[in-house]
Amino acid sequence: MQTAERLNLTFAALAHPARRAILARLATGEATVTAIAEPFEMSQPAISKHLKVLERAGLISTDVDAQRRPRKLEPKALEEAVDWIERYREIFEQSYRRLDALLEELQAKPSTRKHTTR
Amino acid sequence: MPKPAEVTLPSDREVRVTRMFHAPCQLVWDAHTRPELVRQWQSGYEGWDMPVCEMDVRVGGKYRWRWRNREDGKQFGFFGTYTEVNGPSKLVHEEYFDPGDVGGPGDIGGAMPVGDPCIVSLELSEQDGVTTLACNMTFVSKAGRDGAVSTGMTDGMEYSYGRLDNVLDGQQSGAR
Repeated sequence: MQTAERLNLTFAALAHPARRAILARLATGEATVTAIAEPFEMSQPAISKHLKVLERAGLISTDVDAQRRPRKLEPKALEEAVDWIERYREIFEQSYRRLDALLEELQAKPSTRKHTTR
Repeated sequence: MPKPAEVTLPSDREVRVTRMFHAPCQLVWDAHTRPELVRQWQSGYEGWDMPVCEMDVRVGGKYRWRWRNREDGKQFGFFGTYTEVNGPSKLVHEEYFDPGDVGGPGDIGGAMPVGDPCIVSLELSEQDGVTTLACNMTFVSKAGRDGAVSTGMTDGMEYSYGRLDNVLDGQQSGAR
């Protein structure tokens, strides 16, 4: 799968508050579907649906060998999403640093400053 | 040095960038609306020139920006129309990606939604001489947002970014 495609799945998965809450729960350790469902006012099928979305995005995995098939967090996909935001941020930050310098320059030479009405 | 830019994802179709500037609101506004000033800070991507920076900042007015790679001459850019101009606090435009000749699968622009605009809303507010900028980008779809940023836009910049990495320290003055 291409990075863009994978990120689409990751961000789609992260877009739902219940799924973020599930990830937060799994960040503390692996858990069975029943344990994951416990704090939510949601049916088990609804929870399973969310788990499926998270799993497809590679954010969690199922330990199929263990009894009761616990789910656990797969940090790599999340890291990729965080990296993506960071890269985006850095690109903006780079141009904003140049803007800082320009604004400083403009303020140092107020005589050359012209204002447009719009 | 002001606090670095913050990027958040307020919804699955949006990206929001916030940043503070130690300058009056009017000046930050000017730096976003006067082409000769825009060019000064938008043209600093290492290895890229900005041969086109045309802006007609009024409702219904158009703008066009293009960057050109110094090594291979390839270009890409953005163009669009202003839909709200309320200086010095709010500027909204519809932005289209212009893949130029850098596009191609896996290359810049590969997954960029060329036909769909992104609504870019810039809001400025000043307090005690410090201006807070909030730039909200709304894509027509979630896939549009992720595609735009993961390949089109960031890779467009990333193209030169590898080189930028090498000169990051102390390059601020050289970048202008």
